[in-house]
Amino acid sequence: MDILSLFVIVPVLTILTLGFTKGLKQARLVSMVGSFVQLGMAINLVFAYFKEKAVNDSIMVFTQDYLWFKHFNIHFATGVDGISVALLLLTSIIVLAGVFISWKMPDLPKEFFISLLVLSTGVYGFFISIDLFTMFVFYEIAVIPMYLLIGIWGSGPKEYSAMKLTLMLMGASAVLLVGILGIYFNSNADGGALTFNILEIAQVNIPFEAQKLFFPLTFIGFAVLGAMFPFHTWSPDGHASAPTAVSMLHAGVLMKLGGYGVFRIAMYLLPEGAMHWSWFFIILATIGVIYGALGAIRQTDLKYINAYASVSHLSLVLFALLTLNKVAWNGAILQSLSHGLLTAMFFALIGMVYGRTHTRDISKLGGLMKVLPFIGAIYVITGLAYLGLPGFSGFVAEMNIFVGAFENPSMFNRVLTIIAVSSIVVTAVYILRLVGKIMMGPLVNDEFKNLPTATWYEKAGIILLLIPILGLGVAPLWLSDMILESLQPFIQGVL
Amino acid sequence: MNFSSFLLMRQEILLLTIILLLLIGEIFIPKNKKSSLVHLALFLFGIHTVAGFYAIDESSIFGGSFQTNNLIHFFKNVLNIGVFILLLQSADWIEEKLINENRGAEFFLLLFSSLLGMYFMISAGDFLMFYIGLELSTLPVAALAAYETTKRKSSEAGIKLILSAALASGVSLFGISLLYATSGSIFFNDIIEVISSTNLTILGFILFLAGLSFKISLVPFHFWTADVYEGAPISIASYLSVISKGAAVFILMILMFTVFKPLIEVWENIVYVIALATMFIGNLFALRQQNMKRFLAFSSIAQAGFILLGLITGNQLGTATIVYFVMIYIFSNLAAFGVVQAISLKTGKENMDDYNGLYRTNPNLSLIMMLALFSLAGIPPAAGFFGKFFLFTAAASKGYYLLVFLGVVNVTISLYYYLLVVRAMFIRSNDNPIPSFKNKIYMRLGLAITVIGILALGLYSPLYDYIYELSSVFN
Repeated sequence: MDILSLFVIVPVLTILTLGFTKGLKQARLVSMVGSFVQLGMAINLVFAYFKEKAVNDSIMVFTQDYLWFKHFNIHFATGVDGISVALLLLTSIIVLAGVFISWKMPDLPKEFFISLLVLSTGVYGFFISIDLFTMFVFYEIAVIPMYLLIGIWGSGPKEYSAMKLTLMLMGASAVLLVGILGIYFNSNADGGALTFNILEIAQVNIPFEAQKLFFPLTFIGFAVLGAMFPFHTWSPDGHASAPTAVSMLHAGVLMKLGGYGVFRIAMYLLPEGAMHWSWFFIILATIGVIYGALGAIRQTDLKYINAYASVSHLSLVLFALLTLNKVAWNGAILQSLSHGLLTAMFFALIGMVYGRTHTRDISKLGGLMKVLPFIGAIYVITGLAYLGLPGFSGFVAEMNIFVGAFENPSMFNRVLTIIAVSSIVVTAVYILRLVGKIMMGPLVNDEFKNLPTATWYEKAGIILLLIPILGLGVAPLWLSDMILESLQPFIQGVL
Repeated sequence: MNFSSFLLMRQEILLLTIILLLLIGEIFIPKNKKSSLVHLALFLFGIHTVAGFYAIDESSIFGGSFQTNNLIHFFKNVLNIGVFILLLQSADWIEEKLINENRGAEFFLLLFSSLLGMYFMISAGDFLMFYIGLELSTLPVAALAAYETTKRKSSEAGIKLILSAALASGVSLFGISLLYATSGSIFFNDIIEVISSTNLTILGFILFLAGLSFKISLVPFHFWTADVYEGAPISIASYLSVISKGAAVFILMILMFTVFKPLIEVWENIVYVIALATMFIGNLFALRQQNMKRFLAFSSIAQAGFILLGLITGNQLGTATIVYFVMIYIFSNLAAFGVVQAISLKTGKENMDDYNGLYRTNPNLSLIMMLALFSLAGIPPAAGFFGKFFLFTAAASKGYYLLVFLGVVNVTISLYYYLLVVRAMFIRSNDNPIPSFKNKIYMRLGLAITVIGILALGLYSPLYDYIYELSSVFN
């Protein structure tokens, strides 16, 4: 069995095993073992990738190809480059952390973990696919469990949020499907056979007219998942209603599918379309950056604050991708990884705070540092990393993005870059205000004095996320090199 | 005409034999053992289904009136499997309700007669045979729709069905007569050679199409659907929505792709408009349905609209995707109807609100229902995703990107109401939920087959390749 297919097979086996478990204890044990194996596989994959890359110079390594539907030339084709390896590692970390955070899932635990792992199967499958059809299948598999996860285990207006999220993402996949079919039926433009294979399509010169038509469709289809303004509205509601682990996976991993798809499919396969349309979408992305940041200031619910902050940060990823600059691209990928870890951490901490205080309203919280020192300290660290303090992952990413974006000599781009940069200030405002209010400050509620400290499984989840956050900040170069190397085909193809 | 050419009609002859055997059984089985009739019928039809897989030559008899080839034969097998599942799912109902009233045998006779009509319809080589098949397939169903004689709605369903069917087949017959007038023949093969897009031919074609659209319940001929489904016994609603619709789609496809192929310029536009209208109206009306049977009725109208996306291509790809989709649709819809039937039989509840909290009491039924609905909505890894994706691919291959886009928009709309049922079963709670119950063996078997079908048909790709190769016959 090859190294990549295992990323689908192991979660599926875990799901099947979960089907036979009874009660919370068995279910979480099986999920934890399964997720541990996946994390091990992901770490192993990173080392294997470096080893393979030293001898193998192709764009994608570990490629496997199984014919699926002969007449449509659909394959189950897998392969990874540095970007997907990094994202796979991110996914496996967040899934395991999510399992730890959900250690005490009271209601229907088996079903919860099954849905969670179905989601992760979809994400893994998406990142390893190099066939458009297979990719699309996994995309849908990743989205649909969200409905149950939010609907059953969520809080607040969960039915509404779950339906909104599912329908908006499925609506996006409607647009995407047309885009994919458009690419497919133009993949024989150079006289070859019709194909869904990304690497083969990248070699084809798709006619400009077709690129112009299908780029926006493909782009929007993915960008909705990446919370592009004005299609971001599913995201704050979804986050706010979702249970903790689902928010983590949702913001940490699922939304990364959007940026990855935009880059790998829309921009890589339709470069001329990207050139033609980038001015339009970059405006939307800039609006998203500012709008998300300003939205976060106005919110009083902890989850909404982070949800809007995610909109801002992920719009920054889209912004960076659309500047068509390799330094900014490098920053975009780093931002995806950094944001994934930080947001997952934030949601985990919010879940812990909420689990103890039973409120997420910042006006009712305050002085938690005194009673919850561990959670409080981590919260401050995460906050500082989030606003891009040097020494943490966020700084490296944003630095790259803005330096790269400013390299572009056109006035239009520079103005937009300056506007987008201002979001850093806004981010600092809401993060510092938040930390100041709920962590420092006076203790507002005497009932909070007896709050229990973090349990071992909560600490395990947090430390699991903290290690890569610090690692990414202190030693970003190995990752940066891996990404830069993988950007070569994009640079040749798109720029 | 010798014995071996008679064997081309093996499926029909076997089914007729079963009908006769059941008739004899009805006479000779003593009154207190009448329930063995159900087992007998299931057993005989099971054999018939299995025997159907024995290959048949491709040829035609009766001077071309009756034709068969591998694709038609394959499709008859699909219908057989569908009917067999349906019988398994309704066996308990027949045993509990009909046998006591001594009306069990008639049920099978009418159902099998209708199926026989469908065989003739899809094997037709001329319009006469086609018309006979059409009538034979419709009339017994009208009787079956009115089968629950104690319910007023059931009688209403029967009357509604027979009146609408009579009107539709009258219109269709008028269309056929116009086609005969312009071409001078009722044989498909003769008409193909002389057909041209004169006004009279087009008029004849449109009238003819109206008749078949009724059976497929395409907009604007869909008005009977919801009322009839609601009133009729569930197994008959299920039969109408999968078997009857499937067979009608199949023969419509054959005729469009052979006899009316020269008119493709004309019917492309018609199909385009009807497809959009059917998808949108079916989906939008389904949004607000509370009764599960009405809900599935509108859902099945919308599904018919998706099928037209394959029809619009007029080529081998279209044929293959339609047959593939219809097959998946049969399994998915049967699973959904099966669950509705199981619950209705035990509790008499048919409303969506009654399904609130179903997962907590009946997890297996809920999971089957969810799988069926996801397949209907087109969510992977359920087979419906593959069926729909290929239909869209077929339409896109002809450049109908806008139609595909609107089709996928409809998939999203449909997802909303399918999720409403999922929401009821999994998310909502209920003070008075449907109690936990165990199904009998036949029902369980019937549901299990559909589940295997939904999971396997999509992922097992050689099946599609097989259908694609069979589809070459009409192009």
